[in-house]
Amino acid sequence: MADTATGATLPQPSRGGWRILALLAPAYGWLLLTVFLPLCAMLVFSFLKTTPFGSRQPLVFTFKNYLAFVDRPYLVNVAWTSLQLGLWTTGLCAALGLPAAIALARATRGRTRQVLFLLTILPFWTNGLVRVFSWTMLLREGGLLDQAVHLVWPGAGSLSLLYSFPAVVIGLVHAYLPYMILTCYLSVVGIEDGLIDAARSLGARTPAVFTTVILPLCLPGLVSGAILIFVPVIGAFMEPRILGGRIGVTMGTVIEDQFTSAYNWPLGAALSFTMLAAVLVIFAAFSGVLRKRLAVA
Amino acid sequence: MVVRLDRRQFTQTMGAGLAATAWGLGPVRAADKTITVLNWQGYGTDEKFAVKKFQEMTGYEVKHDYYNAEPEMLTKLRTNPGAYDVAILNTARDSQAQAENLIDAIDLTKVPNAAGLADTFKTHPNITIDGKTYGVPWVWGMNALAVRRDKVTGVDSYNVFTDPAYVGRCALFDDAVTGIAMAALLTGQNINNPADMKKIGDTLKTFKKNVKLLWSSEDEWNKAFGGGAFDISVYWSGAVARSQKLHNLAVDFLIPKEGAIGWLDNLCLPATSTKKEQGLAFINYMIDPKFYVDWVTGSGAPASANSAAMNELPATDLNRQIHKPEYLSKIQFMGTLPDDRRQAYNDLWEEVKAYYAHS
Repeated sequence: MADTATGATLPQPSRGGWRILALLAPAYGWLLLTVFLPLCAMLVFSFLKTTPFGSRQPLVFTFKNYLAFVDRPYLVNVAWTSLQLGLWTTGLCAALGLPAAIALARATRGRTRQVLFLLTILPFWTNGLVRVFSWTMLLREGGLLDQAVHLVWPGAGSLSLLYSFPAVVIGLVHAYLPYMILTCYLSVVGIEDGLIDAARSLGARTPAVFTTVILPLCLPGLVSGAILIFVPVIGAFMEPRILGGRIGVTMGTVIEDQFTSAYNWPLGAALSFTMLAAVLVIFAAFSGVLRKRLAVA
Repeated sequence: MVVRLDRRQFTQTMGAGLAATAWGLGPVRAADKTITVLNWQGYGTDEKFAVKKFQEMTGYEVKHDYYNAEPEMLTKLRTNPGAYDVAILNTARDSQAQAENLIDAIDLTKVPNAAGLADTFKTHPNITIDGKTYGVPWVWGMNALAVRRDKVTGVDSYNVFTDPAYVGRCALFDDAVTGIAMAALLTGQNINNPADMKKIGDTLKTFKKNVKLLWSSEDEWNKAFGGGAFDISVYWSGAVARSQKLHNLAVDFLIPKEGAIGWLDNLCLPATSTKKEQGLAFINYMIDPKFYVDWVTGSGAPASANSAAMNELPATDLNRQIHKPEYLSKIQFMGTLPDDRRQAYNDLWEEVKAYYAHS
């Protein structure tokens, strides 16, 4: 279906064009089916008054769910917490990921690079829930981190990070750092040595080389990494729930509650779409600036 | 065994299957000797020994369909008429199911083991509608306080959640109904229809300094309590016994002077069942003291609503010690909540949680 529809609007594709379409069609067909259709269903749900399963009452449509932030002013605080989580996590991932990417791309070779790369993506091989629970062991009072601190400084008070905002950030940075390293790495590895040699031959010291050559050229990697991280983090619910304790109420957990315990799918769907809109607005606001910077880069 | 089908056979089989489904499984079901039970997974009725025993006794095989949330259970009853012969309902849902004609009244005289049921349960307002009984009380439990033995003493009220001595040492169950019910008990209101919701919200908000975390599963509770994250928590009576026995946790269960929040599950007969006689036989077996003792010793169970079954447990049994008959008078049971009230509970709870989170 996708082939013919696209084919009709394009000039008669060459043999190669058909091949590309044949290669793309399964993936895009799959995405259409698994992303677009459920999203459409959720969009319809978000305008319903009650969850439409098995109810004998006729469907009632309403905009009320989209007024959630007006009817429930506390949600503004929740959204602010989510935004802060997103900014902290993305910022820390950039601060940690960019140096790691530069080191990987410019200072390692062959086998060492392979091993270091493997270590970077190792977290992807384990289940997310397991990773989060292992953090509870580390961060709790009397946990591994606490013991380590006491080994170095026996007089220190007890250190308990679990059930706090920093604990959630730590868990999220751990989960999303690899994205930043990978996207930055792709940018850094494309920087030609000649550019850096040229900067040096013109008298630039290392900090100047970094700020005027490397950083601008890494910007595409940083931006795509930031988008890949920021969007899922503001909707995250597992890390806040398990590591945040009382503090861990985010847009993600509120939406999850609507789908599970409260069984108010319409409200959950409306909140999701409100968040989606907010994210799109944020990106739209920044896109002008970014495009200019990226064009320079 | 591997069965190979060629395309024609496959089409024929699929066609036959679809036809059978289209006929509502009527002709097929009438001939077979099975009953289908609708329940939570791993909750008594699907114990292997029980399924086997019931088949030996009656010749009927017990099949299961599961639900993961109470609304889902009601949806299944509504949308699959004739599919179920026994359904396990929280009694708080009985009146809703009865109003929609999803369940039938039950004549307790046809369930011999019902003779041993505690009077509190047999005539419980949740199951008695217009003078008729709509379910056979099965198991029950309470939500009240669990405290760390030796470290916490002299607690006799839910006010402990505002006691400066326990700042940051408490945990709550992340559940709207339980949270609001507890504040209702504390402010002297009906847990199922509190008159002053604002007062309930304000009371819950005063807990903020003491609340360290909100837990949502027994596993999470055991890990956090075992790790010393808190000393006082709202907890389930049945889970206390497991935390003591299986996890060696130094935890005691107590019922504050305001009382406990009770829940009672019952066995119901779906109105559209075609095998009501066998359904009743299964219900009778489910409240049989012998089944209960096997269930408790085999994998652990909540408290039985059948006094005769509880009396079969050894006096030292933790389950029996925790669920004392004298507690029954101190319990307010979770009752029917109309949809709008349930929504109001959820909304208030979400607001309270947001208040706890916002520093």
